[in-house]
Amino acid sequence: MSAETTEAQPSAAPVPGPRKRPVRPLSRKPRRRRGKSTALTVAMGLMLAYALVPLVWLTISATKSNQTLFDSPGLWFGDGFHLFENIHDVFTYDDGIYLRWFGNTLLYSVVGAGGAAMIATMGGYALAKYDFVGRKFLFALVLGAISIPATALAVPTYLLFSEMGIVNTPWAVLLPTLASPFGLYLMQVYAKDAVPDAMLEAARIDGAGELRIFFTISLRLLAPGFVTVLLFTLVATWNNYFLPLIVLNDPDLFPLTVGLHQWNSMAQGGSGAGAIPILPLVLTGSLLAIVPLVVAFLFLQRFWESGLSAGGVKQ
Amino acid sequence: MRRSAVRRNLTAHAFFLPFLAVFAIGVVAPLVYAVNLSLYQERMIGGTSFVGLDNYAKALEDTLFHVGLGRVALFFAIQVPLMLGLALLAALVIDSGRLRAPGVFRIGIFVPYAVPGVVAALMWGYIYGDRFGLAGEVEDLFGVDLPDFLASGWMLASIGNIVTWSYVGYNMLIFYAALRAIPDELYEAAEMDGAGSIRKAWSIKLPALRPALLLATIFSVIGTFQLFNEPSVLQALAPAVITTNYTPNMYAFSLAFEGRQFNYSAAIAVMLGLVTVVVAYVVQLVTARRERML
Repeated sequence: MSAETTEAQPSAAPVPGPRKRPVRPLSRKPRRRRGKSTALTVAMGLMLAYALVPLVWLTISATKSNQTLFDSPGLWFGDGFHLFENIHDVFTYDDGIYLRWFGNTLLYSVVGAGGAAMIATMGGYALAKYDFVGRKFLFALVLGAISIPATALAVPTYLLFSEMGIVNTPWAVLLPTLASPFGLYLMQVYAKDAVPDAMLEAARIDGAGELRIFFTISLRLLAPGFVTVLLFTLVATWNNYFLPLIVLNDPDLFPLTVGLHQWNSMAQGGSGAGAIPILPLVLTGSLLAIVPLVVAFLFLQRFWESGLSAGGVKQ
Repeated sequence: MRRSAVRRNLTAHAFFLPFLAVFAIGVVAPLVYAVNLSLYQERMIGGTSFVGLDNYAKALEDTLFHVGLGRVALFFAIQVPLMLGLALLAALVIDSGRLRAPGVFRIGIFVPYAVPGVVAALMWGYIYGDRFGLAGEVEDLFGVDLPDFLASGWMLASIGNIVTWSYVGYNMLIFYAALRAIPDELYEAAEMDGAGSIRKAWSIKLPALRPALLLATIFSVIGTFQLFNEPSVLQALAPAVITTNYTPNMYAFSLAFEGRQFNYSAAIAVMLGLVTVVVAYVVQLVTARRERML
């Protein structure tokens, strides 16, 4: 499924409930009503295995040389431990193009997702906390935009951007990523409850300007929602493939996804016949591409889980 | 007082302006451009000329487009219910509090969501293979004959598995978050009224899950009808099976970049977008009707 699937239908969403009750953190102990069940735990263990075994396979494969890949069991280590050698090869192959791709992905994700989350936060906050001219129209616009399938726009985006002369530049990837209607919608829902009107009024009476209120008070209250939107836009941009594939043709600008696919095609076509067999590079490069996001999710779990439970469910 | 209201109005617009700007460039402009392009045609002689809805008429009769559309529709009918059902079961089990170490399951099953679709397809593509993947080993180990997962009869199911693997944990978390939002008092009240666990599931959990279910289904509609990444990656492993019109999005892509038929490609993209929006709308209508019935 394309990475740009984080869009949802708007009018589908019933009006956010007036629930003001503090949201239960997801990680808190589940309700205990009955005893633990070993049978259920085992059944869920199968599902956990389904989720993790492919990743275990990838990790183990990344420790193998090209030869060992073919003559050792998939889920166990082969002769020798080649992980560091493979990583070295990944980083140095073709004058270190992988590091370049890594840097590009980092740039597209940090600027694209960070910008998208910030823009969505400001817009959502405006919709939730201000009564301004055109508010209803803009809200309807956002809701309508959520159902526009982003990938259907990829080919037209390329054509338009080539007229504008910005294909094959980072802008071609960044500009479409910055617009996240779903993120804005989520922030609107979140801001409604997270920022009390009374507090805004109090700050205004104290003479604080609107910008100051936003940056010093509201933004802090909006942080869990912001992190949630940030992580989900981060996944969308880190995993973005279709758009960069179309709008970029200079390998120096590729993100990891497009670059890895190119390596993979070379490995399949056998055209990568250089000094180094390319298959271990594809596998090790894939593993390295996964690590940052998994780590980000694990470390920021507390934030995005509370954001998810507060904003994601109410719709 | 009046002046502060005006200023507040301006501030609100200023907060909204960045979104409006990127939205105009990233979404509205390509959309308008696509619709405009789709109304023209490039001829060998005479250059580009306005042809009205001719490109759409052509698409309606284009078997290559229909085959792809039928394929993603089939995918939607089978993969999406399976994935969402699995995610729902997992969410209910975790919420029931009867698991040991529930946090491990919640996070572990979610992890594949963070794996790029391209990497997921790459990885599974190798796992399916019998050269150094796991499929070959299972065959050797158990002496069974597994089907060739990358053959034409199995390819769609194989792609379905990759998509399920990637998104089942994400959907599970969405459902789980909805379940966690149910106040304890509601359960207590139901218990006092003598409601059993089935009754509670039906009258409390199901209504609470409905918005999340709808959201997940709509996400899946969009994702499925726009399917591109996974088949595109697997194409390198099975070029004979995954043709250039395997999914409508791949068709639009190959029309534009291999056939240089930009106008027709734009028409396909617009039609695909319309189909997606219509299916999403129907899903929503069906849900709304059910809600009224209950």
